[in-house]
Amino acid sequence: MSARDCLTTNEWICGEYVTSRSQELVDATLQHIAITAAAVAIGVAVALPLALLARRWRALAGPVLGITTVLYSVPSLAMFSLLLPLFGLSAALVVTGLVLYSLTILVRNILIGLRSVPEEVREAARGMGYGPLRRLWEVELPLALPALLAGVRITTVATVALTTVGAIVGHGGLGTLILDGLDTSFKAQVLTASVLCVLLALAADAALLLVQRLLTPWTRPSRAGRSARASRAPRPAVEKAAEAV
Amino acid sequence: MNAISGAYEWLATGANWQGERGVWHRLAEHLYFSGVCLLISCLIALPLALWLGHLGKGGALAVNLSNVGRAIPTLAVLVLLTLTPLGRYGDVPTLIALVLFAVPPLLTNAYVGMREVDRSVVEAARGMGMSGWQLFARVELPLAYPMVMVGIRSAAVQVVATATLAAMAGEGGLGRIITAGFSLQNTPQVVAGAFLVAVLALLVEGLLALAARLFDPMRGRPGAAR
Repeated sequence: MSARDCLTTNEWICGEYVTSRSQELVDATLQHIAITAAAVAIGVAVALPLALLARRWRALAGPVLGITTVLYSVPSLAMFSLLLPLFGLSAALVVTGLVLYSLTILVRNILIGLRSVPEEVREAARGMGYGPLRRLWEVELPLALPALLAGVRITTVATVALTTVGAIVGHGGLGTLILDGLDTSFKAQVLTASVLCVLLALAADAALLLVQRLLTPWTRPSRAGRSARASRAPRPAVEKAAEAV
Repeated sequence: MNAISGAYEWLATGANWQGERGVWHRLAEHLYFSGVCLLISCLIALPLALWLGHLGKGGALAVNLSNVGRAIPTLAVLVLLTLTPLGRYGDVPTLIALVLFAVPPLLTNAYVGMREVDRSVVEAARGMGMSGWQLFARVELPLAYPMVMVGIRSAAVQVVATATLAAMAGEGGLGRIITAGFSLQNTPQVVAGAFLVAVLALLVEGLLALAARLFDPMRGRPGAAR
């Protein structure tokens, strides 16, 4: 068995494939990371104002959570397809679809985090002459951070996996390699890209856990979501958010 | 938006609904396959989760399984299974993938539901002399019911979505209308197929939510589920 052989015999595990196509793999991985990062970043930027609005006007909370939950129920292939007339075959289409998915968990978790800020703490800040913006920035957001970051972790892991479906429009990062590998029955390509995709999800999760620890040193190391659960918020919300895959 | 009007025209054309590749046939494939897989998943996951929840063991497994399930790309699993020798047996790869992704939400929610039953209620039931089985059937299960149903709903939505993706790996179902539209570069067909899939997913979720409410064992009693 020389290394050359595994490409001709179409083995699942093939070192020769990894060395000969390393550029292709690196490009696909980078595209995957870029799409995921853009989607999560935009997701947070959209979810934060939505959560603030939902908290400010209670009447909005129901519809906002309802619409994001409905969006989450739409199968990924259909979601990307429905956006096709708006974006054409582009990376923007995939990112937009992923942002819409991320909102469910992000809005829910940010709301839980904001609601977990004790009333007396907000009163104290008000009494010290903090305006609403400064109160939000210096008191409420830091206290909501554990729940927010838990949401970001869940969302990122799910987004890494969902990005592969972008292959249908040719912008699926590693997913594109997986789908091409199916057409050509190229086993090594499919397995390598799939494993890389899972490793990427795990690496992102670990990196975000580290960020979470660094940013919120006052929370004891705990599983994602427990920080949100410690509040008196209805617990199923986090679980449900975590559930919808 | 000519894509929208094009999609409407596609849906209004009777020929698109007839025959082997028509909507009706694809819908039947989709529903049959999803239904069978959901049933198998429930038979595997629910007894296990309820039993573990009753014993109070294996919590870490039940919860972590969901986290692992989220990290695994469905498309990768479908394609990998299609390329294994199993791929020769047509539907088998899809069946395995569907069950694989439906089990975690079922398991986690049912387990959490069982563990969330108020401990003092369980103690009271034990104090009344209930056996383990009576405790499970009369106290724990009725109280865990809402969470079990949440699990079934998430699993159903997951199954419908995975069955759609199976079209990318060359299987049937409604997703085929979308993938065929892509390969024909027929945007109206892509949008029409996506619309059908989205409506199906929301219908399934809505109907299950309704069913959950109708069959709640605590319905009409004080302390009924939310």
